[in-house]
Amino acid sequence: MTLMWIALLPLAGMLVPMVTASHGRRICSLATAVLPTLALLLMLAQLPALSSGEALRATVGWIPSLGLELAFRLDGLSVLFNLLILGIGLLILLYAHFYLSAEEPFGRFYAYLILFMASMVGIVMADNLILLWLYWELTSLSSFLLIGFWSHRSDARKGARMALTVTGAGGLALLAGLLLLGDMVGSYAMDDVLAGGEAILADPRYPVMLALVLLGAFTKSAQFPFQFWLPHAMAAPTPVSAYLHSATMVKAGIFLMARLHPAIAGSELWSVVVSLIGMATMLYGAWFALLKTDLKGILAFSTVSHLGLITVLLGIGSPMAVLAALFHILNHASFKAALFMSAGIIDHEAGTRELARLGGLRKAMPVTALLTSVAGAAMAGVPLLNGFISKEMFFTETLETPVLAGLSWLLPVLAALGGILSVAYSLRLVHAVFFKPAKEDPPHTPHEPPWLMRAPVALLVALCVIVGLVPVLAEGLLGLAVEAVLGAPLDFHLAVWHGLNLPLAMSALALVAGITAYRRHADLRHFHRGFSPVDARLVFEAALQCLGRWSEHGLKRFEGGSLQRYMSWLLFASLLMGSLGLARISGLTGPQGNQPIDGVVLLGAALLVFGGIATAVTHRFRLISLIMLSVVGLVVALTFARFSAPDLALTQLSVEVVTMILLMLALFFLPQKTPTESSNRRNLRDVVLASSLGLVVASLNYAVLTRDNSPISGFFLENSIPGGGGHNVVNVILVDFRGFDTLGEITVLALAGLAIFKLLNRLRLFMPHSDSEGRLWAPDRYPAVLTSISMALLPLALLVSAFIFLRGHNEPGGGFIAGLVTAVALILLYMARGVEWSQERLDFPYQPVAVAGVGIATLTGLGSWLFGYPFLTSSFGHFHLPLIGEFELATAMLFDLGVYLAVVGATLMILANLGKVTTVHRPAKEPTPEVDASPQRPRKETT
Amino acid sequence: MESLYAITTGVLTACGLYLVLRSRTFPVVVGLTLLSYAVNLFLFSMGGLTTDGAALINGAKEYADPLPQALVLTAIVIGFAMTAFVVILAMRARSEAGNDHVDGRKHEAGEGRR
Repeated sequence: MTLMWIALLPLAGMLVPMVTASHGRRICSLATAVLPTLALLLMLAQLPALSSGEALRATVGWIPSLGLELAFRLDGLSVLFNLLILGIGLLILLYAHFYLSAEEPFGRFYAYLILFMASMVGIVMADNLILLWLYWELTSLSSFLLIGFWSHRSDARKGARMALTVTGAGGLALLAGLLLLGDMVGSYAMDDVLAGGEAILADPRYPVMLALVLLGAFTKSAQFPFQFWLPHAMAAPTPVSAYLHSATMVKAGIFLMARLHPAIAGSELWSVVVSLIGMATMLYGAWFALLKTDLKGILAFSTVSHLGLITVLLGIGSPMAVLAALFHILNHASFKAALFMSAGIIDHEAGTRELARLGGLRKAMPVTALLTSVAGAAMAGVPLLNGFISKEMFFTETLETPVLAGLSWLLPVLAALGGILSVAYSLRLVHAVFFKPAKEDPPHTPHEPPWLMRAPVALLVALCVIVGLVPVLAEGLLGLAVEAVLGAPLDFHLAVWHGLNLPLAMSALALVAGITAYRRHADLRHFHRGFSPVDARLVFEAALQCLGRWSEHGLKRFEGGSLQRYMSWLLFASLLMGSLGLARISGLTGPQGNQPIDGVVLLGAALLVFGGIATAVTHRFRLISLIMLSVVGLVVALTFARFSAPDLALTQLSVEVVTMILLMLALFFLPQKTPTESSNRRNLRDVVLASSLGLVVASLNYAVLTRDNSPISGFFLENSIPGGGGHNVVNVILVDFRGFDTLGEITVLALAGLAIFKLLNRLRLFMPHSDSEGRLWAPDRYPAVLTSISMALLPLALLVSAFIFLRGHNEPGGGFIAGLVTAVALILLYMARGVEWSQERLDFPYQPVAVAGVGIATLTGLGSWLFGYPFLTSSFGHFHLPLIGEFELATAMLFDLGVYLAVVGATLMILANLGKVTTVHRPAKEPTPEVDASPQRPRKETT
Repeated sequence: MESLYAITTGVLTACGLYLVLRSRTFPVVVGLTLLSYAVNLFLFSMGGLTTDGAALINGAKEYADPLPQALVLTAIVIGFAMTAFVVILAMRARSEAGNDHVDGRKHEAGEGRR
């Protein structure tokens, strides 16, 4: 449980500065430091338990179905990194307290910083791949906030965006890689992954996975060719640079490579790719560090270079190389954080970071000069400092590694070259700032900073010296860490003096040649000027814009705002998929074959085909098309009747009536003819597309029909009477077996009704006073014959619907059909007598009816809970009623009543409300031109 | 009989899809209705074509498959609700945009080409 606290305390600590910001900076800084300190102490308290070499774990389930757990571990590697993250983080906090000016929103700054700290702690302690990735993304986001903290500055915004784009894209690649990795092992738990090395290396997907994971690590750790974002991230306030770019964020990629080392590092591919990329990064960074004139620029590129060095070591991958890598992580973090903070002090006190305007500062700030010189010497690898020892180990490893086989001399040569450059830029940094006389005066008169601001630097530099002199002190920590990476304890000994050997010669060469290189610096700069300068930011922005243009262009081909185009793409895709599926079945006609055709079926099919084609052909004459559509609808109803589905036939028949009334009403408001718009080519394309899909659907249907289907309906047929108490299986399925579906469906129906009610609200439509041929509507609004028939029909229809409703459980019928019949009868009344007349007599709103229907059905379902049964369990009993006969009263009947009310309510809500629009302000003669810009004129057809 | 049934479904699908691809709202609504007939017929036939076997339990030997029937029954009613919604949306669109093009274009670019 302590582990949870270590991981989550910093996260909670994010809130502290926001709360305490109003109490002044001193209190805010102190309060902010409390929780990270606590986490650090808690972690240190765990150290004795770790000495056995076994990792500590704490796990809480999160989303087990995704393999995601809130799982944390603490092993040597986590301890090493946590020390850096929390320890240096606290020093940075102290430093930032003095660095930020009083006007700046320090509360927000601290909150971002602590959020970043918490996410880094999460990365190094995550015991689950997905959790690790989540924290990984959190570092990208929080570093974006930190780099762009001075958001009024354009370079800060651009730098932040670039960092986010590069590391975010890398994060996505990493996610893909980790998912692959988890899939190979069959688990996302870190232990399973680390133990699954052999299976992973043998998997054919290994190269892909490796590439994706390395993309993530390389973008984060600014490895070539993704190094360009790091120098631009220097637009951040210096405490951020010191923290993110020396000790933490850029080390996340390194950490990942170290963490997954046992699982993915065992291959030739890994060694070659990782060590060569690392080498390229190291040289690239060192070269540019030598040429930059901005203090932080030099430090940024030197960071890139040192990250490359660590990457080379991880690529080599032998136990001693891993040890050297971990040691250098520790050393680099200490001297680089010190150097960044010194650079910030110089910037803060002298007002500039340009080398040209600095110089001779050792007189004004002697203590800072001493501290910076020592840290710079550590970076250069001067003996008796920590950087020397790890660099020496680096040289040794490059000499001994079998990577690159016949070309194995390449690594030490390049390493020595890197060493030379490293000495040169470190020397330049220190000499140009503190010793060389200045060319111009800095903006401020430089002086020493407050001692507390210098204290973190002093502490880190002291570490550099102590570790450099007595490296044995670091052995305990490194032993734990290297054991965590390698999975076995490593017997090693750190020493300052290894005797006269080749690595020492390389170090000496680096020192001598580095000093020479600095003396000849002018020549180097001259040489560099021969190349045309490339601004990474411009290239990056141009690439982004180009990408944006491309995707816009590509998107336009699919998404041009035209529904027709969407539809045709959609249909084309389904045509493709459907045909592919069809191509894989064996033979179109299945074993069952055809049943014989009789005359009635033939006639029906002919009518359907005729109706369908006629609807399509006459679509420009909308009324005729509608009439043809109704032919199809009626024959579809007959088809259902012919093939043993009386319920369907009844439903289709009554729906047909309401659909036609609806479409007629709508047609009244819409143009009655469609203009000819589509070109012949478009028409041909549509005909071909539609008919091909028709063919596919027909073939599919035929293929299914002639094959043996083994339905699951036997259950329903057998249990309809004993389980649902009804003979009509279709109805029993609707109200009982699959009552939940029906409940959902009537809800949708009621919602559609409400939505339509809303859509019709304040709808202003042009109402033509004549049809498209210019004929006026009939003056007789309510024909006497219709009126009298509808009056007589209403009670009959209501009676029929009650009959259909009651018998529905055993004979064809039920709530749906009864509801539709009732609705049709009422609509007929509306049509015959007009809205005003009907409204007076049917004085109730329909919305509550529909809602009540859904309510009754839901309550019926809930009712079964009262008796301890699951939702929608039904019960029934038989009753006898004179004249109607034996019938049963089931709770399903109550449910069906809900269905009935919902259908009646929704249908009337739709039709009666629409009808109201037609009649309320019907114009006598004149159209209202302000409503419709292009009033309906009688059009002469020219085609 | 199965082949005839399949052909019918195919023809209705094709006609419905052709109409769905038109540029004015009303034919699209008609096309959707036609398409829903076709889809309902298709789904219904998944239980096989049975003559004289309505799923009313009365001791008969063979019954039609009731499950697709129940599903299609709800589909018919939902189809009506959907048609109603779309057609009223079309009316609303015409009242807002002044024309009945499916994209609600202000200028009816194609009209001059009659």
